[in-house]
Amino acid sequence: MTTTHSISVNINGKTYTRDVEARMTLADFLRHEIGLTGTHLGCEHGVCGACTVLIDGRSARSCLTFAVQMNGRNLTTVEGLSVAGNLNPLQQAFQEHHGLQCGFCTSGILMSLTELLSDNPDPTEHEVREILTGHLCRCTGYAGPVRAALATAEHLKNIKGAA
Amino acid sequence: MKPAPFDYHAPASLDEAVALMSTLDNAKVIAGGQSLVAMMNFRYAMPDHLIDLGNIAGLSGLHFESQTLRIGAMTRQRELEFSVPLANKVPLFKAALAHVGHRQTRNRGTLGGSLAHADPAAELPTACLALDAEIEIAGAGGTRIVPMREFSAGFMTTALGYDEILLAVHIRPWREGHGYSFQEYARRHGDFAVAGAAVLLDANNDGIIERAAVALCGVTDRPVRRDEAEAALVGRHLDDSVIARAASLAGDVEATADIHADATYRRHLARVLTTRALHEASSRMKTKKRETA
Repeated sequence: MTTTHSISVNINGKTYTRDVEARMTLADFLRHEIGLTGTHLGCEHGVCGACTVLIDGRSARSCLTFAVQMNGRNLTTVEGLSVAGNLNPLQQAFQEHHGLQCGFCTSGILMSLTELLSDNPDPTEHEVREILTGHLCRCTGYAGPVRAALATAEHLKNIKGAA
Repeated sequence: MKPAPFDYHAPASLDEAVALMSTLDNAKVIAGGQSLVAMMNFRYAMPDHLIDLGNIAGLSGLHFESQTLRIGAMTRQRELEFSVPLANKVPLFKAALAHVGHRQTRNRGTLGGSLAHADPAAELPTACLALDAEIEIAGAGGTRIVPMREFSAGFMTTALGYDEILLAVHIRPWREGHGYSFQEYARRHGDFAVAGAAVLLDANNDGIIERAAVALCGVTDRPVRRDEAEAALVGRHLDDSVIARAASLAGDVEATADIHADATYRRHLARVLTTRALHEASSRMKTKKRETA
């Protein structure tokens, strides 16, 4: 009864076609089939947020989604954030504001904040904190990531203002 | 891979989905998967077949008619959260959604999935119960309508048959200017509620309560309406003593005891949260606005 399904999915701008077992989660697919190990797996039941990726631009738990459901979808993982090999402004801000320590939860947090800043380029601290409730960080706490997100919004505003 | 092996079906039509449900053994519908896949990863749920509703057109969206609102079962919680007409006509929904999971789960989680999963602590079934929603269900014999009071049948149990699919929720919005509130206590924001209270209130021009709904989540094995509390509100002016008496009646239930809270504490929470919800709903009623309109 274990059948495989052929899926074609766009990840970070590149299309991949693979045969997958129905029970393979999107997280396992990204890590083991595609080799994109920047997406981390913590709790594997949707609580910790480490595995968060963007599905058609919307943040989602890749441990609570099956790869087979992603046929024809556009995904963004943390590997898709950098620009020409350089950290993007959000990633840069995480480095500058001590937004990470061990880094395990970071890739998921970056994806959720990417969605937030794209929906709402000028979020309040409360809005940033509400998004971060979907993530568990046990090293830095949340002050660093909050500062990094707000600094990124400020940075992007300045670039826009200068342009 | 954590889930047990299963076969995956992605029907393109509702008829096809219903046919699969009535012919396959141990089949389960997957909507947003935000509860089901977690249960499959733990192997609490081990379906042999998953039937994905994600590729069937027409199962999502909000449709406002003159007296009623129909919300498709596959409507994502995110869409409900950001719907301006829904916030205007059924503001209790948005208040409830503020407590539902996180942005990352609301992006995929659906209204129908929450109702069919029937976690006793879930907010959306409780809001639907307070609103006297009607649940539209498809099966091999056609569709049927079940009132929300009968849809919840026990701990994570609903009136859905094994071969049926939840199609939509029908809601008759309360009069414009009604009061509403959803209060909840959870250990952390977005966690399952230890207890929660949904309240709807409407008053006549003299400020006398004409209509009241009080529903609790997390307190018993299913969302529950508190008829005695509602009866203590209707026909009265709200003051602290009326609110205290209604809240006390709301909390007078045989409550669940588990690792998170004992029954006494849940009854206490039910009373306190109902008190807060009644105060908030009362402050939101726009009786005077209707008077001048």
